[in-house]
Amino acid sequence: MKLVTAVVKPHKWEDVRVALEAVGVTGMTVSEVSGYGRQKGHTEVYRGAEYDIALVPKIRLEIVVDDGDVDAVVEAITGSAHTGRIGDGKVWVVPVDSVVRVRTGERDDAAV
Amino acid sequence: MSLLSEVPTVHALSVATSQLDSGDTAWLLAASALVLLMAPGLALFYGGLVRSKSVLNMMMMTFGALAAICILWVLVGYSLAFGDDVQSGLIGDPTQYAGLGNLMSADANGDSTVPLILFAVFQGLFCVITGALVSGAIADRARFGAWMVFVSVWTLVVYAPVAHWVFDFSSGDHTGGWLANRVGLVDFAGGTAVEICSGASALALALVIGPRIGFGKEPMRPHNLTLVMLGAGLLWFGWFGFNAGSALGANQTAAVVFTTTLLAGAAGSLGWLILERVRYGHATSLGAASGLVAGLVAITPSCGSLSPVGSIVMGFVAGVVCALAVGLKYRFGYDDSLDVVGVHLVGGLVGTFGIGLLATAAAPTGVDGLFYGGGVDQLGRQLLGGGVVLAYAFVLSGIIGFIIQKTMGFRIDEEHEVTGIDQILHAETAYDLHATSGARSETSGVLTQGGLGA
Repeated sequence: MKLVTAVVKPHKWEDVRVALEAVGVTGMTVSEVSGYGRQKGHTEVYRGAEYDIALVPKIRLEIVVDDGDVDAVVEAITGSAHTGRIGDGKVWVVPVDSVVRVRTGERDDAAV
Repeated sequence: MSLLSEVPTVHALSVATSQLDSGDTAWLLAASALVLLMAPGLALFYGGLVRSKSVLNMMMMTFGALAAICILWVLVGYSLAFGDDVQSGLIGDPTQYAGLGNLMSADANGDSTVPLILFAVFQGLFCVITGALVSGAIADRARFGAWMVFVSVWTLVVYAPVAHWVFDFSSGDHTGGWLANRVGLVDFAGGTAVEICSGASALALALVIGPRIGFGKEPMRPHNLTLVMLGAGLLWFGWFGFNAGSALGANQTAAVVFTTTLLAGAAGSLGWLILERVRYGHATSLGAASGLVAGLVAITPSCGSLSPVGSIVMGFVAGVVCALAVGLKYRFGYDDSLDVVGVHLVGGLVGTFGIGLLATAAAPTGVDGLFYGGGVDQLGRQLLGGGVVLAYAFVLSGIIGFIIQKTMGFRIDEEHEVTGIDQILHAETAYDLHATSGARSETSGVLTQGGLGA
């Protein structure tokens, strides 16, 4: 099992969700997060005073998948979140030792 | 009044005991309620401008001032401002109307068309909004108790005398204040007593108390501009009571003043927006709200002295000038956090001095300014009045603030300021927006009662 985590632009999140459903992903955990990378922040002006706002809003999604589904899931995310401009985000994959479904107590592959 | 004089015989009996006009009284009752609405309007305006960790304290400074000033005004403030002059037009007799008990009977009204007790309350609400305005200079960092002491002493030592000078007109055997009667200052609704006075007091307090931690280095963004827009709208609404109510009657003067108040707010908003669009590249919502207030500030003294077109010019100039003036605090390093100086002091000066230029005798106050062939006389009176009120409010507020700073202390601890004044001083959080905040564990599911910090 693998944990796929992706940080994407907020306005691409709906496209990503649709693309993931198309490859059979039935659920995920989504958080509103903020951060910055090469995109840097932006400038806001209040009564003439310019403020550099370092943090940019992003959507982080987390999905636990079977090893065999990892490539399809990652491709679905990168394909749907892509705009070609700075700030499109990142996807990374880490191994997962065990998973338990709270409702039934099922473990590992049965719980994914 | 004109109707009464046409049919004197019919009304002779009632006129002998009271001259009250129900239209005038009804309007002043409504106008007083409108001025009261400016307090929560200001609380929203100011509250939206600070960071989310101090919005409650910001609003509490207005609500605290409202509570304290209403009571102090009735007990002694009104007498200091509108009692018979004690010395040289400087201060009223503090005992004359103390407690307002002797204004309960209609006999006290003399030849006024509105009850004097209503006039007293209307004027008290002016003091409330003036005091509350000052708090904008000390956002995020003032002890609430110290603020309450300041605004109470300030009501009696700063506002009441200035109101006496500016608003207390002599009539019959009543002698009023020196600026209104001896100098001939024109200040219809408080460009000096309210706007310059609050701005100068704010500047003094900002200097005494010092800048916020991180001022000029960290971004201190307004946390909720929708509150600011709503607050600005409520202020405008209330301002009609403030200005048109100052006509003290439902009459032609009130209608003219209503018109100039509407136009100056609109023009102020446009002026600020155009300036910032040209200078910084964006027309902002905060600019629209701030320009609106700047235009209203400038029309406050001049609302009875200008033509409708004159009020557009006045509002627009105030919007542009104030949009430039709010940058001064960064250049000189004083942390007037919410720009009380840039908007109210500067806007008040624009409006007060502008009367000397733009006033037309066709307007209710009947004075011509320089541009209408009136020469420089009125301008001189306006410069004197505005300058004196500025200096008095600045010096006295500075002294009161300094004494409080040295005795009880005015600022909260650094650590508390960084953590957030709402949590530390008021034991509250303004916004509770998290799904987890309603969680209760099964094992310890009893709320602690009265045991904060146990």
